[in-house]
Parts: sequence; structure tokens; C-alpha cells
Amino acid sequence: MRIGMTVNAAAYDHDVEARTLLVQYLREACGLTGTKIGCDTSSCGACTVLVDGESVKSCTMLAAQADGASVTTIEGLARGDEWHPVQTAFHENHGLQCGYCTAGMVLASVSLLEEIPNPTERDVRLGLEGNLCRCTGYHNIVKSVLAAAEAMRGAK
Amino acid sequence: MIPAAFDYVRAGSAAEAVSLIGEHGEDAKFLAGGMSLLPLMKLRLATPSVLVDLGRVRDLSYVRDGGDHLAIGALTRHRDLETSDVLAQHCAVLQAVAAQVGDNQVRHRGTIGGSVAHGDPASDLPAALLALDATFVVQGPNGTRDLAASEFFRGFLETALSPDELLIEIRVRKTGATGFAYEKFNRRAQDWAIVGALAARVNGGTHVALVNMGGTPLRAVAVETALAQGASAADAAREAAVGTEPPADLNASPEYRAHLAQVLVRRALEAI
Repeated sequence: MRIGMTVNAAAYDHDVEARTLLVQYLREACGLTGTKIGCDTSSCGACTVLVDGESVKSCTMLAAQADGASVTTIEGLARGDEWHPVQTAFHENHGLQCGYCTAGMVLASVSLLEEIPNPTERDVRLGLEGNLCRCTGYHNIVKSVLAAAEAMRGAK
Repeated sequence: MIPAAFDYVRAGSAAEAVSLIGEHGEDAKFLAGGMSLLPLMKLRLATPSVLVDLGRVRDLSYVRDGGDHLAIGALTRHRDLETSDVLAQHCAVLQAVAAQVGDNQVRHRGTIGGSVAHGDPASDLPAALLALDATFVVQGPNGTRDLAASEFFRGFLETALSPDELLIEIRVRKTGATGFAYEKFNRRAQDWAIVGALAARVNGGTHVALVNMGGTPLRAVAVETALAQGASAADAAREAAVGTEPPADLNASPEYRAHLAQVLVRRALEAI
């Protein structure tokens, strides 16, 4: 079947099998390998992307369901050379170690801050419950998201 | 993991969805948010020949004040339940339970109707709707019919829906902004409940429902009876596992689940 979507502000369209998962579509058809496949069972959140601005696990969505949607992956978050405030905050607060969960963690955080611009630490911990990190113990991730929230509020 | 091949069609309305499922026969399945069905398909535990995608059926997403009840469109996402002012005011219990389903990403996609039609005894919303004596409005080729929650859940992942019927609306009584507690016990934050217990004041009485204590969501009838006869929360909660058939899995034995049910029911009753 023919599907098309906007990914990171660029238009893509391809013939795909109906069973193609969104994560496969992004990685294999669009060549955007920043989105990682972790558990492949919608537990770990590594494959998190934004569909029409909201976080979803792209391993548990058909590409066909995103037909016509606007998708943002980690490659589309920066504006040119300027990182998104969440990316900057993860960098400055050492919010990652091996980096495998990071793309998903950052996009889940962007979506969370869209919904809760002024989160408490508890809001962040609950809001990221769908994203697993096996390195950091979450401490610096939570710190990063709180720092990003503050930076984004200051920028408004 | 990739699902087995299937044909994919899209419905633009409930009527078109019902007509498409009729056309494609018993091996066709409706796809709502896909949070339950797609994982099953990836594991090849479900291999529908055709998926009828309901993602473009826009007019089944709403929470409406129907006077003496609330009407909730079957395709209303958990996220929209979580943020609904109407629900906060008139049936906050459902809002609180919706906020505990899965994680943010799951709540952005998953729908109340999908959760109900999937009929998983470990899901949060079916048990809550059972406690609230919800009515399910289903549309088939010959019109609509109403099904009571008490007669809807028939067995593990088995409901009273015929293969050619679509759940279109959930109706619940107004229970207000308070008078409920949901105790969900799990080991990983985003997981299904190992056991869950919900207590809510409904229509002058106390209703208690159990998650993951049998093949279907259950009402803790013995607890409700004891309460109606004047038992204390602690005494009534001792009856929580009566009549249940809790499953055994990696997380818990049936005996441990029975213990959990008693503890969680007591906590829920003491909190309302």
C-alpha cells in the first residue's frame, strides 16, 4: 500500500506492506536510524517518536496508522546547529551513559514538557515511566528534564 | 518482530467499519489504538487476515454529559479521559484509573473501547467499568444494542461482542469527583497490575472490583455483601479472594494474589 507522511518537516512516501511498523518505516524506508529498537514489545521506550506532537512507541504502531501524520524523530529536533533545550539539558547534566535509550528518552521528555511545562520531580519520574534506562539510575535524566523545563520557561 | 501479513482497510465511520468487518468475515479484526492487538500480532498470538483500522473514525471520541449519565465514545483515548473536565467533575474514578493505564506513550494511542473489547482481566478500565455498572453500546449490521458490563466479560480475552459488532459508546452513572480508590500493585511502574483493587461509592453503596484475579475482571461480591451487612473495611476485605481463580505467572502464585487482593481491597476501602 502507498503511504506518506511528514518526517522532520520533509515529505516521504513509499509503497509498504501493511504490516510495516512505524519504527521499521522510519529506519529502513526513510533511513532515519536515530530511532532505536530496544525491547520491541512496547516496554522500553527506546523507539519513542512524536506523532503529531505526542510521544508514541513506534514499535507498536503501524506505519499505515501514521499515514498523513507529522512525525518527529531525534534527527528532527535541533534547528540547524541549535539543539533543542532538552538535548542541551541532557548534554549539560550528563543525562546519558551508553546512549541507547537517549533518543526515546529525549522525545518522551519533549512530549511530557509540552503537557506539563512546569513539572515536579515526581511528574518527571511518572511521565518517563515508559522509558527504561539501564545505565544511569535515572538521576541525571530527571535532573536534565527539570533543567530543560526551566530553560524552556525562561525562553518564553 | 513483525506481524504476519494481513490486508489493511480503513473505515471512516462506525457504519462503514461494521460493513467492512461483515464483508471480510470472522478473521478480520478492528484496530483502534493497537496497544493490545499489535503486541499480540507481533508475537503471532493473533493473526487476523484483515485489519479494519478505526483510526480515522473521528466522531467516536468524546466525553458527553448525558444528564443522569456520562456517554464516552469508544475511541476516546486514555489521554483524553485523563484530561477531561467533564470526567473530573462527574466520574473522577474513571479519570484516575485511565491515568494509571500503561505509560504516557500508551495513553496517547490506547482507547477505552479498545481496552474493553480486548477483555483482558489484567487491564484497569474493564474492572473500573464493571464496578460502575457501565453499559456498553454496540453496533452491528442490524442496529445497536446495549450490554451491561456484568454480562459483557465472558472469559480470558473473550467478550459478548459478536465478530461483526463494534463497541461504539460506554455509558456510566455520574459518581462525582470523590469517593473512590484504586490500588494497583505492580513491580515495574508501567506494567499491568499483578493485582488491582478498586472501591467506589456508587448509587448509595460501595462497589468493589478486582483486576487480574481470574479470567475476567471481577466484582468482589462477598466484600460488597459484607459491607452491606455492616462489616468493617478490614473484616470485609478478608472476603476479597472468595470466588476468584487467580492466575499463576512469573510475578505471583494464586496464593500470593489472594493475599494481595485482601490487602489491596482493605487499603482501597479504608481510603474512601
